Amino acid sequence: MRVTRPLVGPLWAIAAMLLAVGSVWAFRVPEDALQGDTVRILFIHVPAASLGLAVYASLGISCLFYLIFRHSLADAAARAAVLPGAAFTGLALVTGALWGQPMWGTWWVWDARLTSMLVLFLLYIAYAVLRGAFDDEGRAARAASVLGLVGLINLPIVKFSVDWWNTLHQPASLLRAGGTSLDPAYLWPLLLMMTAWLVLFLAVWLTTIHTEIVRRRVLALRARKAREDRHV
Amino acid sequence: MTAALLLLRRELALSWNGGGGPLLACGFLLSLAVIVPLGAGPRLDQLAHLAPGLVWLALSLASLLTLERLFERDFEDGTLDLLALGSLADEVVVGVKVLSHWLAIGLPLALMTLPVGISLGLAPGQLPLLALTAGLGALAFSFTGGLGAALAIGARKGGLLIAVIVLPLFLPPVIFGAGALVAQAEGRSPAPALALLIACTLVAAVIGVLAGAAGLRGSRT
Repeated sequence: MRVTRPLVGPLWAIAAMLLAVGSVWAFRVPEDALQGDTVRILFIHVPAASLGLAVYASLGISCLFYLIFRHSLADAAARAAVLPGAAFTGLALVTGALWGQPMWGTWWVWDARLTSMLVLFLLYIAYAVLRGAFDDEGRAARAASVLGLVGLINLPIVKFSVDWWNTLHQPASLLRAGGTSLDPAYLWPLLLMMTAWLVLFLAVWLTTIHTEIVRRRVLALRARKAREDRHV
Repeated sequence: MTAALLLLRRELALSWNGGGGPLLACGFLLSLAVIVPLGAGPRLDQLAHLAPGLVWLALSLASLLTLERLFERDFEDGTLDLLALGSLADEVVVGVKVLSHWLAIGLPLALMTLPVGISLGLAPGQLPLLALTAGLGALAFSFTGGLGAALAIGARKGGLLIAVIVLPLFLPPVIFGAGALVAQAEGRSPAPALALLIACTLVAAVIGVLAGAAGLRGSRT
């Protein structure tokens, strides 16, 4: 906490700055020949979707650390990742639907990528529900960590769903063998937006973890105070 | 080995004597199957399109029913603590309990999908494949369900909680189990989907036992 606390403020500032620049840039890129103005949705959709995955990865790894080291910091980190992760995944689903309506002619298809993203959203919900279902904090953390770890299986399924099942969602164009297929006019603002969202997540994550640590300290202090008062 | 067999016999005896065995789950499966033609219209040619999905929906929901009792009752009356003191590893305890769930609930449910499939317009030639996939799928459901039940030991809101944890993990067997039936109905070979269903079941067995044992250990301290 001593290391990370000075980071939080600057992280928020950088995130705000990058988001502002990225958003303006995203509005100034030329219209796509086929997609027209709707191409701008992708500057939200792609970062949201990749962060939905990345945040689950950090949640799962935090769960693993919790199961190995039993340190409550790892549990706090996993817990703090749930809300932003679910929000990113939900945003990816919603913006995908908004983009799919004019482009594919449908809000939703039961395509492998879409379905596995929906499962990712459900896994976030399952983790959150299980984490909150116990009176005993330690018990809740242990059970939820196992579930969070099991949910990691879904990540490669989401990532490779577009390659394994050749359905409607387009395959990867950013990270692929033989270099990106994106035009630089779209590539740079997209990368900027992805960085902005990543920094935003880090800021939210650290802030939530710090709040959780402080909350636990307050609880501990209160318990000690109550004990001391009783002895007097 | 004897201890594991004894535990299996105890579990089976409990599920047969305590709650009427598979009657509850099978009754639930049948009731679900009745709702569909009443809601979607009774034309068999239309229902036949939906039949694989409906059968799997009913099977997965019915498999959820008795999961709450799998560990919770033994947790409350202290049996789990006694088992922990005994010679059996947690993994074995979970495995045996899951197997008993499959034998007592899953297999009868898988058999029950046959008349349900017929009533929904599935071709009689598909019944052997339905029995095979439903049996395998029910085994995968039991393992995954055992994982969910073990993680939810001692939770405040048991039954529905297990459903929310476990249903997303039920999806792969549903995809490939129903996929095998659809492939056969369309004249393609069901073998690839069947192989993937077996793979899902094996993965569910490994993860279910390991994570279930972790849940069991977590409930103790």
